[in-house]
Amino acid sequence: MAEIATNSRPEDGTRQGAGIRALLEEPSVARGVFWSLLGVAALLTVLRPWLPDGLVRIPEALLMPWRDWIDAAFDFVAFDLGLIHVTRFLSGILEFVLDAVANILYGRARWPRFEALPWTVVASVAAITGYALGGWRLSLLAGGTFVWAAVIGQWKWTMETMSVILVAAPLGFTIGLLIGIWCWKSKRVEETVKPLLLVLQVLPFFSYLLPAVIFFKVGPTAATVATVAYSLPPMILMTTLGLKKVSPEVVEAGKMAGCSRWQMLRYVYLPSARTEILVGLNQVIMLCLAMVVLTAAIGMPGLGAKLLEAMGSFKLGRSFEIGITIVLLAVVLDRLSKAWVVKQPEHFEKGTPWWKRNIFPIMGVAAFVILYLVARGVAEMDPMPFDEVSFPSWLVGIMDEVHRKESLSQGREFDASIKAFLSLDWVNAITYAIRYVVNVYFLIPTEKALLYLPTPAVIFVITAIAYRIGGVIPGILALIFFSIVAQLGYWDRAMLTLHSVFMATFIALLLGVPMAIYSVRKEKRAKFMILLCDTFQTFPSYVYLLPAVMLFGISPVTVIISILIYTMVPVIRYTVEGLRNVPPELTEAADMSGATRWQKLTKVQLPLALPTMAVGLNQALVFAFFMVIIAEFIGTRDLGQEMRRTLAGTNLGWNFVLGFSVVFMALTFDIAINAWAEKRRKLLGLD
Amino acid sequence: MKTKLIMSAAAMALASATASFAADDSADPIIIPIHNWSSQIVMSHAVGQIFESMGNNVEFVTTDSQAVYESVRLGDVTLELEVWEGAFGQSFRTALEKGGLHDAGDHNAVTREDWWYPMWTKDACPGLPSWEALNDCAALFATAETGDKGRYLDGPVDWLKHGKERVEALGMDFVVVNAGSAAALWAEIAAAEADKRPVVVFNWTPNFAEAVWPGEFVEFPAWEDGCDTDPSKGPNPDALYDCGNPADGYLKKAAWDGMKDKWPNAYDVLTKISFTNAQIAEMARLVDIEEMEPEEAAEEWLSANEDVWKGWLPEGAS
Repeated sequence: MAEIATNSRPEDGTRQGAGIRALLEEPSVARGVFWSLLGVAALLTVLRPWLPDGLVRIPEALLMPWRDWIDAAFDFVAFDLGLIHVTRFLSGILEFVLDAVANILYGRARWPRFEALPWTVVASVAAITGYALGGWRLSLLAGGTFVWAAVIGQWKWTMETMSVILVAAPLGFTIGLLIGIWCWKSKRVEETVKPLLLVLQVLPFFSYLLPAVIFFKVGPTAATVATVAYSLPPMILMTTLGLKKVSPEVVEAGKMAGCSRWQMLRYVYLPSARTEILVGLNQVIMLCLAMVVLTAAIGMPGLGAKLLEAMGSFKLGRSFEIGITIVLLAVVLDRLSKAWVVKQPEHFEKGTPWWKRNIFPIMGVAAFVILYLVARGVAEMDPMPFDEVSFPSWLVGIMDEVHRKESLSQGREFDASIKAFLSLDWVNAITYAIRYVVNVYFLIPTEKALLYLPTPAVIFVITAIAYRIGGVIPGILALIFFSIVAQLGYWDRAMLTLHSVFMATFIALLLGVPMAIYSVRKEKRAKFMILLCDTFQTFPSYVYLLPAVMLFGISPVTVIISILIYTMVPVIRYTVEGLRNVPPELTEAADMSGATRWQKLTKVQLPLALPTMAVGLNQALVFAFFMVIIAEFIGTRDLGQEMRRTLAGTNLGWNFVLGFSVVFMALTFDIAINAWAEKRRKLLGLD
Repeated sequence: MKTKLIMSAAAMALASATASFAADDSADPIIIPIHNWSSQIVMSHAVGQIFESMGNNVEFVTTDSQAVYESVRLGDVTLELEVWEGAFGQSFRTALEKGGLHDAGDHNAVTREDWWYPMWTKDACPGLPSWEALNDCAALFATAETGDKGRYLDGPVDWLKHGKERVEALGMDFVVVNAGSAAALWAEIAAAEADKRPVVVFNWTPNFAEAVWPGEFVEFPAWEDGCDTDPSKGPNPDALYDCGNPADGYLKKAAWDGMKDKWPNAYDVLTKISFTNAQIAEMARLVDIEEMEPEEAAEEWLSANEDVWKGWLPEGAS
């Protein structure tokens, strides 16, 4: 679709330009250009020892003072034009809402100044809501999650986290839905918004830190803004996608029924696009919870901050327990919201009494009132020191708040068992062997090779690949974008970043695709796989970084592993999706013509699933670019490490130079792969 | 719940006693930033509780320990209790130049940040803590990636240590690898502890690690003023950074410029606050070893050390 649009745009160059483009898309010419670009790159590499320094790396003298320019531009927009007053005004409104929710959930001293809710109240209301929406399983999950949070001794932190999520997720969903509808209405909006979204997604987190703090005030407000910014892109994309796919028959029916424009949207388009919008909602929730830990650096209260604190004093067990809570919250919120959207309105027979129609709200209110009074009333009545409390009042007290010493946290025991595991000789021997072989024979040599290549050679190779798979426009963009990266002045670090990204994505494909193929054979397995994906996407990556360091030391292989866990998720998710959506007629046709399982897979299923898998690969690359910066937490030498340095002394301009080096590299691959997937899909008649 | 009630009752009693002094402090909450290491968190809570006992409102916000100075400057955060010379000196000075925050005095505590090893390392390399002896044992510290050179694990780059420069200036057989975070450093030490492997890493005091893994700092040529700017200082006449880090770096407090007018009483207390190394280590211990919550640890510390902090309160307060 995008292809058609670019072709038919009148301002798209003169006739001559179109002629050159058509020529360059001619297969024989394309092949020639591709190989000659590669040839030049090879030549430059071979001749490297004799090349003048200026051809190996851009000389310092030719680099522009980007840092100063960005600093000046930022100061001008923020302070001279007064953008900061606008954002501060908005964050004032946001703060009011956040404070009110925070007061209700954990009694923060703000309007409306209630006392904190006892955990039993929240857990039972969650359980009843779960039952009303999705039966006893959901009830158990929703109630159980909050019981877990309380008895493990994380209640207050959980509520602090929830107080932000309950604002950020609906906000992200609504804004995303609205922008998504707008993009669907207007082609021009879509074309402006799409690249912006991508920049939002791949701009490293360290670049958000300072602007968020300056514009939106450190605290829950900055955290909410950053979270919403991260969770928007998939929501917008999925909404637009869903609305575009609504079948013309449905639209005709709506028109015949005489729907107004609003009614068309509300009763025809949105319900028909429900599946895609639901996927968007799922991603909003997952990303919100994935941001819980990162945003702790800009004032997100609760679980994330506690997790970082636990890691700072090396309490693995505690941080692991916090990680579990975050995942549980993600799963509960996701399932509850899905069940709510899917639920059909209930119909009662005439004459059903009022209480029967509203049984669940009544139960909810009753549980709320009774438990609130029991927990709160009795606790207030007897202000005895904790040690002397009798059993019944202890029980009541515990219904209000579980104290640290009463909690079931197994943090210490967990720490001890990890340490014991790590001191086993065979564990050490295996991890040492892996570390030695992978680092010394694989990662370090490839890294050195990439650094050896002259800058223009790398640019040519990437241009050639982008041109070959994506076409002329992606090729030209690759040339421009990588030249910008070279000009920004951190080429070596950019190459190290790229190296980690490539390696992690490559290994993710190697492991993820077979796993996905294996899992789709049975529906149950596929479902389990998707649940696993959800879990790993929200489980805070920081938690497994430390055990990884203990196993493999601070070395390249640890960095790759930590990125790999993230990049596997989209590879598996989209491969499963792609294989599942192969039309059954086609697989049956293959069966009838006597294809073996292997033939069916390689000749029918995989080719048809390939465009979807490409989207997964693209996501994997985006995730890898995101995680490679986070992996700085372990210790890297790439752009992420340099970005950390910019935080000392708040060098905003410098920070953005590095951030944009990442953005331009990520954009190049995104554009090329998307163009390829689009072409492919058209070829297969899938759109 | 109950301990909290008693605490707040005590706070209330104190508050009424000091009401006349706290009268001119604003009722807006004083925002105290907390970071991700225990001593800073407990200290922040302890100071917060002192402010509360004077009738002030206090709130905490978690922030990045470098970006926080921008927030103090803008007045979004009121103060910062642990400004380490080595790690945060630069962020602090940058913000100071831009204006909006100022130095609110030093703690009694001195900080030391340098090469360090856990005790078991000494068994393998008995000449320690001298740096020459360390260099002679360099091969002991080799890892899979460093060949026969030793590996020194330096702190995160934003702490601006100069490990690499020092290795070159002193001609040591070490490769410098930067850990990305304090937690990554602990993970390496813990992994080494399992099989008593020798390691030499960046570490600092006061710090919880001292209680978990006893160890020593490596003794480098003593710091001379100008060692980082004048090549002639230190043993190598042609190189910078050929000395150990200063063994007595400052630990400061910083305050937002507006604090003085908005909360004059609290500000007055802030300038008097001064913790010692032992007190800071004790605060960290309560959380890291005794497994208390920071709030409880702060209460516990305050009640055990009344003679320390009561003196900082406005006269006639207690």
